[in-house]
Amino acid sequence: MKTFPIGGVHPSDNKKWSKAKAIETMELPDVVMIPLAQHIGAPATAVVAKGDTVKVGEKIAEATGFMSANIHAPISGTVTAVDMQPNGQGLRQMMITIKREGDEWAEGIDLSTDLVKECNLSSAEIIARIKEAGIVGMGGATFPTHVKLSIPEGKRAEILIINGVECEPYLTSDYRTMLERGEELLVGTSILMKAVSVEKAVIGVENNKPDAIKHLKELAKGYNGIEVKALKTMYPQGGEKQLIAAVTGREVPAPPALPIDVGAVVCNASTAVAVYEAVQKNKPLVQRVVTVTGKSIKDTKNLLTRFGTPVSALIEKCGGLPEGDNRVLNGGPMMGRPMSNLQSPVMKGCSGITVLSGAEALRGEPSACIKCAKCVEACPMGLEPYLLAKQAKKKAWEAMEKNDIVSCIECGCCQFTCPANIALLDYVRLGKQTVMGIIRARNAKK
Amino acid sequence: MNTLIFTVVTLCVVGVVAALILYFVAQKFKVEEDPRIDDVEKMLPGANCGGCGYPGCRGLACALVEQEDISSLYCSVGGADCMKAVADYLGKAAPVKEPQVATVRCGGTCEKRPRTTTYAGTHSCAIAHSLYTGETNCAYGCLGYGDCVEACAFDAIHINPETGLAEVDADKCTACGACVAACPKGIIELRKRWPKNRAIYVSCVSKDKGPATMKACKAGCIGCGKCLKVCEFGAITIENNLAFIDSTKCRLCRKCVAECPTGAIKMIGLAPLPPKEKPTTETK
Repeated sequence: MKTFPIGGVHPSDNKKWSKAKAIETMELPDVVMIPLAQHIGAPATAVVAKGDTVKVGEKIAEATGFMSANIHAPISGTVTAVDMQPNGQGLRQMMITIKREGDEWAEGIDLSTDLVKECNLSSAEIIARIKEAGIVGMGGATFPTHVKLSIPEGKRAEILIINGVECEPYLTSDYRTMLERGEELLVGTSILMKAVSVEKAVIGVENNKPDAIKHLKELAKGYNGIEVKALKTMYPQGGEKQLIAAVTGREVPAPPALPIDVGAVVCNASTAVAVYEAVQKNKPLVQRVVTVTGKSIKDTKNLLTRFGTPVSALIEKCGGLPEGDNRVLNGGPMMGRPMSNLQSPVMKGCSGITVLSGAEALRGEPSACIKCAKCVEACPMGLEPYLLAKQAKKKAWEAMEKNDIVSCIECGCCQFTCPANIALLDYVRLGKQTVMGIIRARNAKK
Repeated sequence: MNTLIFTVVTLCVVGVVAALILYFVAQKFKVEEDPRIDDVEKMLPGANCGGCGYPGCRGLACALVEQEDISSLYCSVGGADCMKAVADYLGKAAPVKEPQVATVRCGGTCEKRPRTTTYAGTHSCAIAHSLYTGETNCAYGCLGYGDCVEACAFDAIHINPETGLAEVDADKCTACGACVAACPKGIIELRKRWPKNRAIYVSCVSKDKGPATMKACKAGCIGCGKCLKVCEFGAITIENNLAFIDSTKCRLCRKCVAECPTGAIKMIGLAPLPPKEKPTTETK
């Protein structure tokens, strides 16, 4: 069984808390807050104002330029504000606030659950529909999908890879989607294949989800060119470059090279389902499956949640926050971001809410680096985290740039594996942010 | 015995030959350097803080010697005396700059700014700032992990454990600006230094609207504009719900301090205005 060739760690997957829970629909919130920046690239521009009434699926913000995505109303009601509100990290962001009145969908959206397999649209038409529906990568990176599917001139896609790896511990939203919406996933995959004109697609799933592999393999028999591949469990296999290496054996060169340079296009499993809904049902992206999990959560769930629902409502639905000191993460324990504001909304890239007790999240006391090089061994990008962290501490940004800091995928393997409890990722990430800023400033000058 | 003499003589000859080679090479490739650079460097404080914008004191010394017009160069650590001595030595006009002092513009003590979350990560402002806005509801205030303390080469800034805020020791501060660059929140400002370290400044940088600021911190500036109305010198401006006192225009009249409803305008080394003056200004 295959996996990516270098680095990686094996954290305990902790999916047992929520993997057996079928997807439930979360109650509609009374008020939602929709940030205009839910994706990588330029924030969308609001096309509604205070006092407007909207229906579910109506466009409320338009993509600003190519590298951006549309945003649609997740509930029907009245817009009460378009202003700056704190996000999950407390930073002020432009958000549209909508007060709910009933649940009325916009016209032309097919709400039936019947499977529509037939798709006679051309590649350009498919991409246009995906763009209109505001679909972004739902694995967490939130890269606008229509940008990914628009193959630059002179390049050619050879293989479509559907990312069903979900290597992040605790999270089970993709897993439940693969199990419960397998048919839609496969139709979505064949639509994506058509969009990028490839004959072959591989759905990569880690072997800690044998039932999902079996289920999808069974269903894939009815589709041409789609193969389900079991991969050896290893974190961070869900990283785009790691998955390409595991499936095709090809290595994506350092940035600015993209997966398309080795002929691969990677989409998340949940994204494929969203593509199915957008193309076949004309349904824009207004909801997603969010795993609410953690050892101390009373009733863990996989909730189909409309965007803009406050995180606190999801936690309340699952039995509330346990007593005492808690850490709430937007995402899983490896790549998730700690949250300080639980009133913040669920967004397009939020695949899970993980609650850890203070004791579970506690870091050990850091000691000196003894250059054991465990972090070098664990780094899936072949970097030297101990060196980068040291350079970040000394603010040696130029040296960091030379050492390829921009290749870092912030997976956290280095920090996870460090026996001296050094906060390697914290420093590396700080360095990456600073170096990226320096590079952007330099490019802007040119 | 012969072997010993032979060895000693050979080594001596090799040594002399090598010394001759080195001497001629050194003569041939000698770098002509203005001897004044060394002298100027000795006059500078030698802190190598980088506050002047040059890499260390020698960098500034080179610039001082090479540039005709040195009005744009200044060593805030050495101050006016040092610059005058250097200028006299070089026979150039001494650059003039008002003495400055670093000022921490946050009054959100533990009491006034309640903690809403706990940060257990790496003890560094830059890292905490890259993760989220901080332990309180104020997204602008001092984080208190001491990046400025680490940056200071003069032991002039410290975190007060009682308030959780950075405090400047004005007597030690040289206004090199290292803390200003180190603070990820941009709280520290170089302001005009008054005699006896007197100062009046808005001790807040929150750009939130009044109600949000009030909810997060009892010492925050809410942008009400009362100070703007009483200032006779046009020193106060209000932008993004935040008042700012221009230290070059302020005359330390103290009227704004008495007006501020939240106490965000701080006064150091000055007695409050006598209360009886208040009714007279109102009757006017």
